[in-house]
Amino acid sequence: MALKYTEKTIDHFTKPRNLGTISDANAEATEGSPACGDMVNYTLKINPETLIIEDIKFRSYGCASNIATASIATEMVLGKHIDEVKKMGTTEAANELGGLPPVKMHCSVLAINGIKAAIREFEKKIGRIQDEKRVLTEKALLNILKNVMHPKHGVNLVDNDNIQRIRIDGQDIFIIITLEPDEEIYASNIHDEVMEHLESMKCTHEIMVKIESKTGNFI
Amino acid sequence: MDHDIIYLDNGDTTRIDDDVLDLMLKYYRDSYGNPVSLHNLGIEADENLLWARNTIAGSVNAAPEEIIFTSGATESNNMAINGVAEYLRNKGNHIIISSIEHSSVKAVAHRLKSEGYKVDEVRVDSEGFLDIEDLKSKFKVTTVLVSVIYANFEIGTVQNIEEIGKICREKGVLFHTDAAQAFGKLKIDVKKENIDLMTFNAHKNHGPKGIGALYIRKGVKLKKLMEGGSHEFNLRPGTENLPAIMGFAKSAEIAYRDLEANSKSIIKLRDRLIEGLTKIDHITLNGPKGENLGMRLPHNVDITFHYIEGEAILMHLSLRGVCVSSGSACSSKTLEPSHVLTAIGLKHEQAHGSIRFTLSKYNTENEIDETIKNVTEVVSILRSMSSFIPEEHSELLNQNAKTFYKNKNNGE
Repeated sequence: MALKYTEKTIDHFTKPRNLGTISDANAEATEGSPACGDMVNYTLKINPETLIIEDIKFRSYGCASNIATASIATEMVLGKHIDEVKKMGTTEAANELGGLPPVKMHCSVLAINGIKAAIREFEKKIGRIQDEKRVLTEKALLNILKNVMHPKHGVNLVDNDNIQRIRIDGQDIFIIITLEPDEEIYASNIHDEVMEHLESMKCTHEIMVKIESKTGNFI
Repeated sequence: MDHDIIYLDNGDTTRIDDDVLDLMLKYYRDSYGNPVSLHNLGIEADENLLWARNTIAGSVNAAPEEIIFTSGATESNNMAINGVAEYLRNKGNHIIISSIEHSSVKAVAHRLKSEGYKVDEVRVDSEGFLDIEDLKSKFKVTTVLVSVIYANFEIGTVQNIEEIGKICREKGVLFHTDAAQAFGKLKIDVKKENIDLMTFNAHKNHGPKGIGALYIRKGVKLKKLMEGGSHEFNLRPGTENLPAIMGFAKSAEIAYRDLEANSKSIIKLRDRLIEGLTKIDHITLNGPKGENLGMRLPHNVDITFHYIEGEAILMHLSLRGVCVSSGSACSSKTLEPSHVLTAIGLKHEQAHGSIRFTLSKYNTENEIDETIKNVTEVVSILRSMSSFIPEEHSELLNQNAKTFYKNKNNGE
C-alpha cells in the first residue's frame, strides 16, 4: 500500500521534536502496546501552581505517522494550561500535520490521548480529580468508541455510523458494529481495536463485540 | 526522485528486461494480429503464440497444451482452486492448504469455506517448512485438492515440492502449487515433482505485468472462471494478450538461460546482505538459515529488527532511496501483521519489526553495502527513540543517533 505523507509529517518523522525522557518529570503515561505496533511514552513537567506544561518529551515505538503525531503533539501542548489540553480533539495532531491517510488516523488519537492520560495521572496525584469510579453507561461506552478510527475513512466509528447497538446487561456489555460489505477486510482490526480500548477501562464486565456486514452476516 | 534508487523489492515486482521490452514493442507496433484471425497477420500471431507456449512449457518440462495463459498469478490461483473445487464438487468438498499461502489462495479457500466447503490449513515450522506429518493427517476421503506454495513470498522458504506431490499422488488427490516466486529462480520440473496444477507469472522475473500462466497436467479437469470464446483450449476466454505473452516467454527464456550464473551472483549478494545486517544487535533472520540456507530463495532476505516498527524503517529507507517491504501491520492496508510471520511463530511485535529485502540480477555489491550502511543507521536512530526498549538494553537509547538528531535540528 503506497502511503502519501505530507511534507510536514515527513519533517516531524525525520526530525522529531522533544524527543527523549525527562528524568525529573512529574507526569508520565504510556499508551498503546507493542503487539498493536504502536506505543508512545510521554514524560512531562507540569507547574503544580500554574498548571502549565513547562516541558514535555516523548519516545515512540511505531510507524512514521506515530512518530510524527507524537512529535507535533508535544509542540502543540508545550506552554499550555492542562485544562486547555484536556479539551483538545483526538484528530488535532493529524490536522496540524496537514492531514494523515485515513488508515493512519488512529495515530493521532494515540498521540493526543497519551498526553491526556499523563495529565489525568498528574491530576489524581495532586488531588485535583478523584480516582473516578466510572459508572458504565451507554454514553461512556460511546465516548470510548469515539477513539476507534475506521481505517478506510479515518473517522471514528461513532461518527461514521458503524455502531449499530450497545447494550449493558448487568455484567455483560454487548456491542454490534456494522460494516459495508467491501469493508469486511477491516473486521479483524476493528474488533481488536475496540477490545483494546474497552479493556483499557479495566472494568470487570464481560465484553462481547460482534461485527456484522450490512448484508447481515456475522464476520 | 532526485536520487538513485536502490531497488530491493523484487519479490513485489521487477524492472522489465530491455530485451523483453524491445520484443514486446514489436508485437504492439508491427505484428499486432489476433491469433484467431484467418489472414496473414493472424497466422503470424498464431505461430508466435505457439512459440511462446512452447517456450514457457519447456521451461518447466510441461507440454504446450498443458499451459493456459492468464492475467497473472492471482487469476491462476483463483482458476486452479475454484476450478478444481467446483469441477469435483460431487467427489468431495475438502481442500487442504498451507498456513503460509498467498492471499489469492487463502481468500479463495476462505470464500469456498463460506459456501460449505471444508478447508484445513497445514502447519509450518519456525523456518516455514511444511509439517509433512500434519499434511498426511489432514487427508479425508472427501479431499479433492491440496495447495502448497512452492516458495514463500515473504520468508523465501522453498518447500520439498517433490515429496508433497508424491504424497498427494499416492492419495489420489490433485496437487496445486503457487510458484509465482519460484519460477525463473529455481529449476522446476512439473513431471518429476508430481505437480498437477501450477501457478506462475512474468513480472517477478523482469517480464511484463498482467500476464501469467496456469499449468494443468493433461487429464486434469476444472471448471473455467469466465465464459466467452474458446481461447486457451476452451478454458480461458478472451483475446490472447500476445505482446505480454511474447514478453513472458522471452523473460522465461532469459531467466532459464542465465539461471546458474544469476543464482550464483544473487546468492553471493544475498549472503553479503545477511552477513552485513546480522552484525546489527537484536535481530532475527526469518525463514531458512544455517544449514537450511540452501532451501531459501536466492534473492530473499527477511529480518526482524527488534524493538522498532517496520513501516518506520521502510519510510526512512525510502527517503534514502532504498526500496524494501515490510510485514508489519502498519504497512498493510488492513492493519494486520503478515500471516506468514505469525504462522512461523512470531509474536505480533516481532512481525511488526520485519523488513523484506528481495534482490535481482540488476543489484550490485555497492548497492548492498550502501543498504547495509543505511539500514544500520536507520535502526540505530529508531531504537534511540523507541519506547519499547527493555531496561536490560537501555544502551540502545544512548547510541550516536542522538547526535544525528542534534545535527539535524540545528539545520544540518
